Order: sequence, then C-alpha cells, then structure tokens
Amino acid sequence: MNRMTWFNAVSLTLGFAFLYIPMVILVIFSFNESKLVTVWAGFSTKWYGELLQNDAFLNAAWVTLKVAVFSSTMATVLGTIAAYVLVRGGRFMGRTLFSGMIYAPLVMPEVITGLSLLLLFIGIGLDRGVLTIVLAHTTFSMCYVSVVVSSRLVSFDRSLEEAALDLGCSPAEAFRLVTLPIIAPAVISGWLLAFTLSLDDLVIASFTSGPSATTLPIKIFSAVRLGVSPEINALSTIMISIVTVGVITASLVTKHQVARQKREEQAAVRA
Amino acid sequence: MMRRFVLIAIPYAWLLALFLVPFAIVLKISLSDYAVSIPPYVPQFDWAEGISAFLAELDFENFIWLTEDDLYWKAYLSSLQIAAVSTFLTLLAGYPIAYGMARAPEEWRPTLMMLVILPFWTSFLIRVYAWMGILSNEGFLNQFLMWLGVISEPLTILNTNSAVYIGIIYTYLPFMILPVYSALERLDGSLIEAAEDLGCSRLTAFWLVTIPLSKNGIIAGSFLVFIPVLGEFVIPSLLGGSDTLMIGKVLWEEFFSNRDWPVASAVAVVLLLLLIIPIVLFQRNQQKQQEAEQ
Repeated sequence: MNRMTWFNAVSLTLGFAFLYIPMVILVIFSFNESKLVTVWAGFSTKWYGELLQNDAFLNAAWVTLKVAVFSSTMATVLGTIAAYVLVRGGRFMGRTLFSGMIYAPLVMPEVITGLSLLLLFIGIGLDRGVLTIVLAHTTFSMCYVSVVVSSRLVSFDRSLEEAALDLGCSPAEAFRLVTLPIIAPAVISGWLLAFTLSLDDLVIASFTSGPSATTLPIKIFSAVRLGVSPEINALSTIMISIVTVGVITASLVTKHQVARQKREEQAAVRA
Repeated sequence: MMRRFVLIAIPYAWLLALFLVPFAIVLKISLSDYAVSIPPYVPQFDWAEGISAFLAELDFENFIWLTEDDLYWKAYLSSLQIAAVSTFLTLLAGYPIAYGMARAPEEWRPTLMMLVILPFWTSFLIRVYAWMGILSNEGFLNQFLMWLGVISEPLTILNTNSAVYIGIIYTYLPFMILPVYSALERLDGSLIEAAEDLGCSRLTAFWLVTIPLSKNGIIAGSFLVFIPVLGEFVIPSLLGGSDTLMIGKVLWEEFFSNRDWPVASAVAVVLLLLLIIPIVLFQRNQQKQQEAEQ
C-alpha cells in the first residue's frame, strides 16, 4: 500500500510548507538591513552585532541556561527514582495518589501551576529568584522524565535484574550495573526533554521569578509585546539553529546505533 | 526495607510539597477575601485563634462573583469554543499530513517524522512570534496577497481571533499528527484493498475503513490539543486582540494587573474543574488502548 498518490504528495508538501515557511521568513528577516521586519532593504548582520552587545539579553540567556541545567538534572534524578518506584516498587501506601501526582502536572495548565507555586513561595517566605524557578521547573519536568523512563522500564526484561541479584549483586549494584545501562537512553532523552521544557518556559517562570532573575523567554515576551523587532529575529535564528543542529545530530547518532545493533545481531546469528 | 522507604519518600515528599500543597493553598485563597494587605487576602492562618475560627471566615463569595460578572463566564465559554474549533481545524489540517506520511515510502518516514518533531523542540514563543510579522497589516501575507491581486487593501488579521486560530493550529499541529500517524501506520493496507475489491469506491473505503481504524489516534490527538489550548496564555496575548477572551489570559491579568489573588485563585479552580472531564475521558481512552494492545 505504499502508493504515493498526487493527493499524498500535495498534502505533505502543503503541510511541511505550513510548518516551515514561517520559520524561514523569520530567519531571512534577521539578516535585513532595515529596522522594519517586513520590508527587505539589503543583507546585513548588524542585528547579531547589536544582540551581542545587549547585556540584558546576555544576562537573561545566562540565567536561563543555569536554571535549565540545574532543574533538568534534578528532574532527571527525581523522575528516574519516581519511575523506578512506580514500576518496580510494588504496592505501598498512597501509591494511587503518587501516580496521580506524577501524571497530573502533565495536563495542568501552566497558569495554574505557576500561580500555585508562587502562592506557596510567598506563603513560606522564600524570596523569588533563580532558586524558585529551579524548584518550579524541576517539579513539572520530573513528571515528564518519569513518564519517559517508566515506559522504558515497563518494556525491559526483569529477569536480567533477577539474574544479577542471584549472582550475588546487591540491589544497588544490580541497579547500577544492569538496570541503569539499559534505561540510559530513556534517562538521556528525559534529561533533554526537561532541559528543553525549562529553556522554553515562559508562564511558570514569569510567576516564580523575581526582579533579580529574568529568563530569556520573559525577556523575549516583554520585547515582543511591543511589536516585532529584528533583534528578536536574530535571537530566534540563533536558537532555531542550535535546536536544528542538535536534533539532526541526535537522529543521526540514533540511526547509526540502530544500524550497528542490526549488524551485531546479524553477526551473532551467523556465528 | 529502609532503602525502599527512602526511595519512595524522596519523590513523594517533593511532589507533596511542590504540587499538592500549592494546590491546597490555591483552593484556600479562592475561599478567602481580597484585602489591602501583604499578602493581599484575609483570613491569614493564625494558630492562636484555632482552626474553626479560621474556617468560619472562608466562603464562596469569589465563586458567586464569577457567576455574576459577565467577563468570567464569557471567557470560559469563549475558551471552550476556541479550544473546540481549533482542535477540529487542527485535525482537518493534520490528518492529511499524517495520512501522507503513513503512505510515504518506508525509507522517507524517519526523516518526515523528524521534520514533524523538529518544530516541537523549537521555542514555542518564537513559533508564535514568527506569525506576528506574517499576519500584521504590512506583513508578509498581506504583501503576498496584494501582489497576487487577490485583495487591494490589507486585511486585518493580527490581533483578531483568526490570528489566534492560526497560531494554535500552527503550534499544536505536531501533537495531532503524531498520534494519528502512529494509528495510520499500523493500519493493515489489505483491509482497504479488500473494501475496494468488494466494490467500495476509494472515498467510501476511506470513510468506512481508514477513519474508523484510526479513531484512537484521532481521539488521542484531539485531547492533546484541546486540553492545553483551554488554558493557553501566550497565543491569545500575542496574536489575539483586546476582544479575544481566553481564561488563561484573564487569570494572568487578574493576578498581575488587578492583584486580586482570591479571584485569580477562584478562576484557576473553576478552570481545573472544567478540565477534569476531558482529562478523565482521555485517561480512559489511553487505558482502553493499552489493554487492547496487550
């Protein structure tokens, strides 16, 4: 049934044109000489130069990066433990509540998550800043990590862990030597997901940040509210390029690994 | 045994403290009254007065206020309407793309998948921003249409509900394409051939075989779009106009501009009650699907 009819070709072309043309226009106009983002006035890279001299943006980028690294790392640790407990923990008191709290943040509107965390931080008298954003981001992204990791844990053969225990490993050793290497791809993609979610988040960061800490999305949002500007186009172009390179590299690596695994399996069968 | 307890306790305590307790606080403040103080609501909890005195001061005044002021119920209705219509439009736009992907030669599919996922990793804010330059009066779309001679005067699209719809379809399209694609990819092509052999036209076969067999993907995709769109804030505030009413935006303004925390909390509680129905339906659908697979 792999017929490539004209209908399929047209719908794919139109669909991907719709997905990509807005980004292409955005990138093209970041190289525009004119301050106007809609009228082409010649090629120039001056907006990139201005961006690099804009301390406010650079500071915000630095804060965003710090928050993303800390929160995604903490989220990965907590989310992996949560997934392990959910899949391997057996029954314990309050398990239903626990799994509810893992899945609920995934569908919770960001405005509500942001509002509730802000009210908590004010209630306990914690000053809003980098720390509060990290806590907020860790909380919602650990749930994404735990969903990714638990789907991997569910699908893998438990007898491998049992064999390690039978052969004299302690539970901690069995986890480190057997479980962790097997779930590692899921843990890494969980970390990447948490990292991206943190870089991207505007709403929750706006609620939980204070005057001392402004993240890049907050900065972009307040600039963009006043209208389009070529500097923001330049910034967007940089961010789009980083993501594109990252995603293409990741997919090439995966493709390479899958190919190698296939070769090894074939070699094993022949042997 | 001790180790197991610690392992369970760490994430459990974290989620209790940073998910459940904050939500209880929202619930409590939604029952409090606005006051000119820091923090701007009463009653504050006071151990000396005891719990019963504290509870006696809580009431449903804010919720009654929500039903009395036109703004709120209009915002809820218009959010529901925008979410429902844009979910349907996203399905219309996403289904043919998913169908085309599932019918594409096998060696293309990983690349097509990557092309669908790539925008998802790109900043949401930037993808919404991209449309501001395209939809404005002197923007790319108007210039293009005038160049074609379709229109003689620029259309006003930015800051209207149409712009909000375009923004939602654009940003949520991958969430629709992926589940529909995975349903269509598993579909056994010989079923359609059988239908055609038995005298169905292509269109009838599509309608009677393909659509029902991709039902689960359609349902999953629709919920993945509908649920987050209902509380959407960024799209209506950047692409919408002053008459675009969405509850996420109302909550934001109630909190940041009016500084009325109790009303903002009540708005949040009602939004969550609205969301519970689609969320429970979605969970049921996912569970049914999982059971069917096993």
